[in-house]
Amino acid sequence: MSTHYVIIGNSAAAVGCVEGIRQIDKEGKITVIASEPYHTYSRPLISYLLCGKTTEEKMKYRKDGFYEENGCEALLGRTVTAVDPKKKQVALDDGSSVSYDRLLVATGSRPFVPPMEGLDRVDQKFTFMSLADARALQAALTKESRVLIVGAGLIGLKCAEGIFDKVKSLTVLDLANRILPSILDETGSAMVQKYIEGKGVSFILNDSVKKFSETNAELNSGRTVDFDILVVAVGVRPNTALVSDAGGRVNRGIAVDEACLTTLPDVYAAGDCTESFDIAAEENRILALLPNAYMQGECAGINMAGGKKLYDKAIAMNAIGFFGLHMITAGNYKGEEFITETGDSYKKLVYENDVLKGYILIGQVARAGIYTALIRDKTPLSSIDFDLIREKPQLMAFSKTDRANKLARHA
Amino acid sequence: MKRVYVNEKWCLGCHLCEYYCAFANSGEDDMVKALKGITIHPRIQIEERGGVSFAVSCRHCEEPLCVKGCITGALTKEDGVIRIDSDRCVGCYTCILSCPYGCVMPSGSGPVQKCELCLNNSAGSPACVRGCPNRAIIFEDSVEVSGK
Repeated sequence: MSTHYVIIGNSAAAVGCVEGIRQIDKEGKITVIASEPYHTYSRPLISYLLCGKTTEEKMKYRKDGFYEENGCEALLGRTVTAVDPKKKQVALDDGSSVSYDRLLVATGSRPFVPPMEGLDRVDQKFTFMSLADARALQAALTKESRVLIVGAGLIGLKCAEGIFDKVKSLTVLDLANRILPSILDETGSAMVQKYIEGKGVSFILNDSVKKFSETNAELNSGRTVDFDILVVAVGVRPNTALVSDAGGRVNRGIAVDEACLTTLPDVYAAGDCTESFDIAAEENRILALLPNAYMQGECAGINMAGGKKLYDKAIAMNAIGFFGLHMITAGNYKGEEFITETGDSYKKLVYENDVLKGYILIGQVARAGIYTALIRDKTPLSSIDFDLIREKPQLMAFSKTDRANKLARHA
Repeated sequence: MKRVYVNEKWCLGCHLCEYYCAFANSGEDDMVKALKGITIHPRIQIEERGGVSFAVSCRHCEEPLCVKGCITGALTKEDGVIRIDSDRCVGCYTCILSCPYGCVMPSGSGPVQKCELCLNNSAGSPACVRGCPNRAIIFEDSVEVSGK
């Protein structure tokens, strides 16, 4: 009797799950159900789409034959409205239902739009999360557009980069006193802000919207900003309702164990809708990042198919660039610090109890993964040459034996 | 599966592997034309300090974090070799964040580059290995995969 796997979602975690299942089980049927009607695509590429660095065809996260080659039935443009863990069925928006033996919930997250006075009077307002969002924004932009983006985080600033060349002016507003607070420290924020301002983007920080009229925002400081297009990018919320409504535990995100199993039998979850244990911060967090989503989905898939895999090395990590300035960051920034700053680059290593906990690299980012591995593997810093690793990421910092283990052929 | 392995004690630190790599991937027929006056971006790199030197290039890991983390699907593992489709790569550098060996590199233009065992060029087999004067890098079947 072959197993029927049902996956709700069609992005990184869902694809990871399909590929994880197929490492173990080549026969079982997989049904992928997703609200969006598109072939699986990479969400972070929507800003690259707007600035012309990719196309909708190249945005496909896997090639056209993906579903067929992996024996998947794809029900795209269909929304799951409920999960019944007793009957082991999911209900769809057209009234039909699909039975499962094992279920993956990979429902992702959605833009959070806080209540703001007068927002309903703004006609040209957008969020920036999906291909549909990107298409709608692109269609509305003109060379004369004055754009206001609310939110100076990763999404708001990637949006800014994506549309900058297409519009007349661009202002980014945030309640926080600095940009990218989720990935940078104060020094890093200031450095990147200055760089982006140098490209022509205006920032208003420490301020928020008091009320909107159709094309104007009155700020709490008393300042006003005229705009033609508004983008709200203040944050995202995990889509957890299917699991909580079915009686599964949800904290900030869907609670899963290291095998990616929820508290409901045979119901797994992965990706932005879940929270996982961050080994650098040593707490459960939502780590809404594409690499984590893929790896968590793959782990879930392997376990769903009867294999054994633990998702137990999660950390926050980001590689991102704005207007040609690259930055790579990972882990947690609480601990002792080692900082190197030159004119156009910045490096901060954070360590505690003989392990590297986190780092920030801006400008010079080459070989950053050597640092990431130190965090993931909790490598004792006393076992490597810390002076060399502080200088730059290099394998020379490891012992001769470790280097041979990494690079040599073992007889 | 044949892989490039490193014999650290034989490495002279001559950097010829870097030049042969850059030449093989240049698309040029003539080494002088390919390399003279050009800042090379080889896919293999020598680390050296004091009397120690060794070459580092992609390990084609069993558990390829670069492939799993790739946001575009440009990095794939086919028949044991990790390949990059530079047409799909947008240069986000998530692979540089992910690679534990520091072996995925900026190319000097947008997309990243990495060792593809010279399957992507006309060299036929790893040019770095053929060019090494002291067998400090070898291309041999794996006994035990050192990648993780």
